[in-house]
Amino acid sequence: MSDSTPLVEVKDLKKHFPVTRGIILQRKVGIVRAVDGVSFSIQRGETLGMVGESGCGKTTAGRTMLGLYPATSGSVTIDGEDILHARGKDQLAIRRKAQIIFQDPYASLNPRWSVNSIVSEPMRVHGLFASQKERAERAKDLLGLVGLSPHLLNRFPHEFSGGQRQRIGIARALASDPLFIVCDEPISALDVSIQAQVVNLLEKLQDQFGLTYLFVAHDLSMVRHICDRVAVMYLGIIVEVADRNELYEKPLHPYTQALLSAVPVPDPRKERERKRTILTGDVPSPINPPSGCRFHPRCPIAVERCKKETPEWREAAPGHWAACHLANG
Amino acid sequence: MTAQTTSITQLSADDLTAPPLSLWQLAWLRFRRHKLAVFGCVTLVLLLLYSFGGAFVRTEAYANFNDTSRRLEPPSSEHLFGTDSIGRDILARTIYGGQISLFIGFVAVFIETILGILVGALAGYYGGKLDAFLMRIAEALLSIPTILLLLVMAKFFGGKIPEIHIAGRTFSGSVIVIIAIIGATSWMYLARIVRAEFLSLKENEFILAARATGTSNFQIIFYHILPNTFAPIIVSSTLSVANAILAEAYISFLGLGVQPPTATWGNMLESSAKYLDSAPWLWFFPGMLILLTVLSINFIGDGMRDALDPRSRAI
Amino acid sequence: MTSLLQVSGLRTRFHTPEGIVHAVNGISFHVNEGETVAVVGESGCGKSVSMMSLLGLIPTPPGEIVSGTAVFRGNDLFKKSEKELEDTRGREIAMIFQDPMTSLNPVLTVERQLIESLRVHLGFTKEQAQTRAVELLEQVGIPDAKRRVKDYPHQFSGGMRQRVMIAMSLSCAPSLLIADEPTTALDVTIQAQIVELVTRIRDSLHTAVIWITHDLGVVAGIADRVIVMYAGFIVEEANVDDLYDSPGHPYTVSLLAALPRVDRRRDQRLKSIPGAPPNMLIEPRGCPFAPRCEFALEKCRQKNPLLTQVGPNHTAACWVNPKTGALR
Repeated sequence: MSDSTPLVEVKDLKKHFPVTRGIILQRKVGIVRAVDGVSFSIQRGETLGMVGESGCGKTTAGRTMLGLYPATSGSVTIDGEDILHARGKDQLAIRRKAQIIFQDPYASLNPRWSVNSIVSEPMRVHGLFASQKERAERAKDLLGLVGLSPHLLNRFPHEFSGGQRQRIGIARALASDPLFIVCDEPISALDVSIQAQVVNLLEKLQDQFGLTYLFVAHDLSMVRHICDRVAVMYLGIIVEVADRNELYEKPLHPYTQALLSAVPVPDPRKERERKRTILTGDVPSPINPPSGCRFHPRCPIAVERCKKETPEWREAAPGHWAACHLANG
Repeated sequence: MTAQTTSITQLSADDLTAPPLSLWQLAWLRFRRHKLAVFGCVTLVLLLLYSFGGAFVRTEAYANFNDTSRRLEPPSSEHLFGTDSIGRDILARTIYGGQISLFIGFVAVFIETILGILVGALAGYYGGKLDAFLMRIAEALLSIPTILLLLVMAKFFGGKIPEIHIAGRTFSGSVIVIIAIIGATSWMYLARIVRAEFLSLKENEFILAARATGTSNFQIIFYHILPNTFAPIIVSSTLSVANAILAEAYISFLGLGVQPPTATWGNMLESSAKYLDSAPWLWFFPGMLILLTVLSINFIGDGMRDALDPRSRAI
Repeated sequence: MTSLLQVSGLRTRFHTPEGIVHAVNGISFHVNEGETVAVVGESGCGKSVSMMSLLGLIPTPPGEIVSGTAVFRGNDLFKKSEKELEDTRGREIAMIFQDPMTSLNPVLTVERQLIESLRVHLGFTKEQAQTRAVELLEQVGIPDAKRRVKDYPHQFSGGMRQRVMIAMSLSCAPSLLIADEPTTALDVTIQAQIVELVTRIRDSLHTAVIWITHDLGVVAGIADRVIVMYAGFIVEEANVDDLYDSPGHPYTVSLLAALPRVDRRRDQRLKSIPGAPPNMLIEPRGCPFAPRCEFALEKCRQKNPLLTQVGPNHTAACWVNPKTGALR
């Protein structure tokens, strides 16, 4: 397998939600441009981070690229196959290669199902083993793999703590031998001491099975730790992409700069000296995004041009892309 | 990918945060604390024993045997509940009438539940036009007073279905009609409940996880979502049994329900209407039985509502 | 400096059908005038419960304050009547919560809610209160305050709602502000705005602040002193610099090591703390952190250590010195 072709390629992905009024005669009164033309690729074995404030579309992007919400337009290929337009058997075959882990460890496991049913489901759907017994054996192995004791196989989700549930969710994602996993804020709901456990587990599994991750998160410190490359989203579009150290040390887009300066550092001396770029106001509504550069109403350095022209997406330094009129690499 | 169990830090002692009880066991523990519900359970079991066990003591022929010489006799040692206007034993008739009333209650609710689940699940899961269509039908039916709907349908279908024979016994075809009518006019509330549950449950991440892995819609509806709606369905259906028994009583009381000689608690009440003052035992016993059944079922329903409340984590 | 609040031996528990939850197990601490104290710990460590206990906000039953005193300006809060406590709560001690929606009434305009407190506690006339309400909103940085004061809570965004909450809590110029995870539900950029706002207000009004959080990053930027809680106990207390420079309790050490840093290149895997926080239904024998502690010795499993001096103004409850791994 040649390593230069990316495993995952997303091209101009859009997801618009109609805003409707009325029950019987539904009228469309607006469009939420949750994801408004997003393109990126992920190499095999790589972890791409996707960060941004709530409502920026990062979660919707992750879910739409797996076809969980019907995409408005765009294409997504995983391992060379188009996941959004495949149907029937072909679609099932691609689904096997891509899985997802969710944020809320309480909502992501069916409370009426035993751990065995939950973890075996992908195997059952994809017809991976001949018998239920073999699937249960494999489910036990998977539990061991994620650091849970195999004898918990017949327990139910409510008996587990948040961190343990998250491990069960990871075991389920691994059950179909995927190549690619979308991690949709997998640690946001966990306590600090448990977050590190889950992150280390994800890294261990990546090393062991050569997995590729899209890591959607709002915790910029954790993203710097776990991701190889990071994409920053704002109001439905990607405004900057770069290797992690490049992005965190030389952010080009003023939004990235503001975002990074807002992250607190566990070091009181540093915190006292830090200069913050405090953004004013909130994220505007994605129903009518601002003209020109979408960030211009909150941007500390915006000029007249930013209100009119949409900045072009350009490579300011090798591998470092940004969409800003004023960013020069 | 190979499935090898590698040694990584196992959680300390695998200690779980909750006792190893299934959700149903937890619900049962909570139900037991509800004194009225337990009382309702005991009463309902006694009523079932009375109606179905009573058949071993008194035969159906005896229940339908009329001795016109002994009309309207008050309760005595021979006829514990007295006799009716044509001299039949009321005790025996409440036993057989109870069978029919309870049978109608449970079977009608069974039909109602199936219809309600199907309509609610389809509307809630698929949404959009199908949802709008099904819910408009439900609302249209709901906006007609149920009793009117019951009467019109009973009048329309009454007497069109021949007698049926099951297990060596003869039932008036009107039993089937009443069951069908009650079932068909009461599913709307349940459908709404199920739809609301489906609407919120289908947004859950475990459903997205199932869809991500390629689970079919059929499996998602019936294996993933439906089991999570059992609690409200059970509560609603339980309470519906009481309503169905009452509905049968209404129609029969108005003379449009199950036709004699098949007895039900409802048509026994009807035939007592002329003797309210002179022979109170005619309406007292069937009336009491209806009251007890409806009350006990409502107590059970209340108990289940508390016991199955998913928000309540306590035992 | 005089101590504004002095809490001693506070013990709170909850009676639940599953048993007694030992939420707060005898904690003592103080807050000085104008000082910011951060209370740090994971969910269920008792950090919120202890502060709610002080203000009489624990529903009893199932809650029960078993013992303890909380002397605020010379008076024990636990000895006050419901009426007196209510007055203290509105006027002298204010509290803001993680979810402002729970403490704002959704069917009343922000103005109505602000005015009510001003009139009840400070005896303002309606006109005075209206003017003051607008001033308060301006003070917490709500643009176009004159118009927005007539809005309902749901018309504000999460960050703006938190500002409204802060404006309400400041209406009577309290001497102590208790902030219970006020930024946890907010984005980092909004969090930075709120932290900046609270710092500014603290400095201008000389208000003491108790900031409850699980985020050691936020603590570093705002606190003068830090209290670390675990399983209903205070396990360490120190000035903010000392705590980050030389943490004295293995739990603090591990928490800091488990945090990735936005300002540093990654060098290795995170050091995770094995296991999960303890079941609060069981009263621990020995140190509650011992089962997860890399330094745990036999003694730790036998006897729960008391807070002892480990440096100037620095106490920790641990038998072991985490720097050496030997008994202190």
